[in-house]
Amino acid sequence: MSDSSQPVFSCKDVHVWIADKEVVKGVDLEISAGEIHAIMGPNGSGKSTLANALMGHPAYTLEGTVKLAGEDVTSLSPDEKARKGMFLAFQYPVAVPGVTVASFLRAAVSAVRGTETPVREFRKELLSRMEDLAMDPAFAGRYLNDGFSGGEKKRLEILQLLMLKPRFALLDETDSGLDIDALKVVAEGINAAASQDVGMVLVTHYQRLLNYVRPHVVHVFMDGRIVRTGGPELALELEERGYDWLEPAAAGGV
Amino acid sequence: MASTPKVADIGTDYGQRYGFHDPEEYFMRTPKGLSHEVVEAISRLKKEPEWMREFRHKALDIFLAKPMPTWGDTQMLSEIDFDDITYYVRATEKQETSWEDVPENVKRTFDRLGIPEAERKFLAGVSAQYESEVVYHSVKEELTKQGVIFLDMDSGLREHEELVRKHFATVIPIADNKFAALNSAVWSGGSFIYVPKNTEVAIPLQAYFRINAERMGQFERTLIIADEGAKVHYIEGCTAPVYSTNSLHSAVVELIAMKGARIRYTTIQNWSNNIYNLVTKRAVAWEDAVVEWVDGNLGSKLTMKYPAVILKGERAHGEVLSIAFAGPGQHQDAGAKMTHLAPNTTSKITSKSISKGTGRATYRGLVKVRKGASGCKTSVQCDALLIGEAARTDTYPTMEIAEDQVRVEHEARVSKLGDEQLFYLRSRGLKDDQARLMIVNGFIEPFVKELPMEYAVELNRLIELEMEGSVG
Ligand SMILES: Nc1ncnc2c1ncn2[C@@H]1O[C@H](COP(=O)(O)OP(=O)(O)O)[C@@H](O)[C@H]1O
Ligand SMILES: [Mg+2]
Repeated sequence: MSDSSQPVFSCKDVHVWIADKEVVKGVDLEISAGEIHAIMGPNGSGKSTLANALMGHPAYTLEGTVKLAGEDVTSLSPDEKARKGMFLAFQYPVAVPGVTVASFLRAAVSAVRGTETPVREFRKELLSRMEDLAMDPAFAGRYLNDGFSGGEKKRLEILQLLMLKPRFALLDETDSGLDIDALKVVAEGINAAASQDVGMVLVTHYQRLLNYVRPHVVHVFMDGRIVRTGGPELALELEERGYDWLEPAAAGGV
Repeated sequence: MASTPKVADIGTDYGQRYGFHDPEEYFMRTPKGLSHEVVEAISRLKKEPEWMREFRHKALDIFLAKPMPTWGDTQMLSEIDFDDITYYVRATEKQETSWEDVPENVKRTFDRLGIPEAERKFLAGVSAQYESEVVYHSVKEELTKQGVIFLDMDSGLREHEELVRKHFATVIPIADNKFAALNSAVWSGGSFIYVPKNTEVAIPLQAYFRINAERMGQFERTLIIADEGAKVHYIEGCTAPVYSTNSLHSAVVELIAMKGARIRYTTIQNWSNNIYNLVTKRAVAWEDAVVEWVDGNLGSKLTMKYPAVILKGERAHGEVLSIAFAGPGQHQDAGAKMTHLAPNTTSKITSKSISKGTGRATYRGLVKVRKGASGCKTSVQCDALLIGEAARTDTYPTMEIAEDQVRVEHEARVSKLGDEQLFYLRSRGLKDDQARLMIVNGFIEPFVKELPMEYAVELNRLIELEMEGSVG
């Protein structure tokens, strides 16, 4: 495992541009193994842009430094980052028709682990993780996100999290569009990952998920910046008072 | 479940695997160019009956009189030099039924292409054509006992003249199009198959077509007759060496499915990029018959091919499932035709194309429903996938529906191998080329799963080669 004195993930002074528009305007984060941070903020404030850019989306320009377990990964490609133990659960997972969940996951697991897992062993592991997430085994034979409901997509993201066992995961609104049962299943998956020392950032704009997952740190994100950082009580305060009392302009240093 | 090919395996290419050629030491060849003398020489050499000799000469006149098509890739078509092609080349003295007897260099070619091995493993009969003639032919004894005829077309004509004469050119008449006329004039080789009533050929029959010589024309002619209630699956594969000069492949394939019969015709064409592939394929389906064309088009310089089914008997069903892969500099002009002549007939066209680099894929389809053919159903689906900014696709779906009581579905989709799909897969650790390959393999999955397993594996491998170095 990683050196415990070292955060599994950190980023410093991260700015992100989409074309010539600056969407993320200086973000610092430090997450230790097994730690859960929540990033909460209104729609359109740049949370997904930050998450995608950190993972290395080629359409975004990122400035600043991104480190994974102390190693500078700023300029690595998404697949290199993934192989070094970084994971992004997508707000809008993408469909790849004709590719089954099982064959995709087997390829991904092999890529990330750097070795081919024998088919039987892989199958056993997959079915057992699917059972944890109350997923029908037939799911493994369906085409990746093709015609999936919102809830199915989000469950599949968590399944990937559990199969790929990253060091650090960004979960972008994995809680949205879920009914209460699905929300509980997703929360269990997140807690299971945390108990295995995965450091995580949960991007959300609801307090709902936080009833089931207890974050160590909560950041409020507005207009491309973290405007306040606190403990779990901050999430409750946001629930009560909304975002209006927090002035993006007053952000500066937190 | 298709497994993901390993990127590390990529490295071989068409040139090494299929693009090699043997020395052109031939038993017999006609002089270059096309004339009545050449047609006469071919017919004499084959010791054909008079009616076939006349058929050929008549066909040549029609070919010469017919203008080139004014549609399709007229630019590429205009570059064909008919005088610079050899129309008949015979490599070996006679056809063999044992690979041991096939001349060493020719046998080596088919060994490299894996044909004898495929035959041992999973085929009921094999025909191997090299240039103009079938050099090897073999059928499992059980089939012969069942009364199934599987011969090369020339032997078919010799041994079953009446049956051939009755059906030959009835589905595709000489004057159907310029290239059908050309084939009719100089045809050689191909397969003749007859499956008797209520007889099922449980494992596939295969023919493999190999062009070896430079500036060569291959004009095989295939006729398959499935009698009432019979069932057969025929597979054809094709390759050629890589040359800088062009060769021409112009086949005519006629299928006749009698009442209640089923014919599936699968093609995995993998021509080198110097081949003009201008093929006419058409079937007639009588009452309750089913005809399926499963058509995979890789390679060639220009392919023009529109497998057709004429639905003549009530409740007949026709299907075309095709994929085309147009790599840089290639044009795949492919499609399908369905003609509903009888009531309650059904048809389904699924066309998938991939264009990469400067590759160009065209879907050209025609669905016709005759007045009075009520209760027909037809569905057409075209999906095109573009890789890279220069890739091009066009769709020309034509419907001529003269009857009101008809259900028509049509759907066309163009997608780009998208940045979002790539980012998603790459964020799971898949390298760029592996991610692209996975997307493409997913795209053609509905086609691949219709193939016998061995061919599915082969096709996935071919696509992998085509995708090599596809970044950008
Ligand atoms: N691909 C894109 N092209 C142009 N603008 C974008 C793109 N993605 C996001 N944006 C813009 O960036 C801003 C932040 O969006 P986003 O990161 O999705 O916010 P959030 O996830 O916080 O809701 C919005 O104004 C949005 O319109
Ligand atoms: Mg978002």
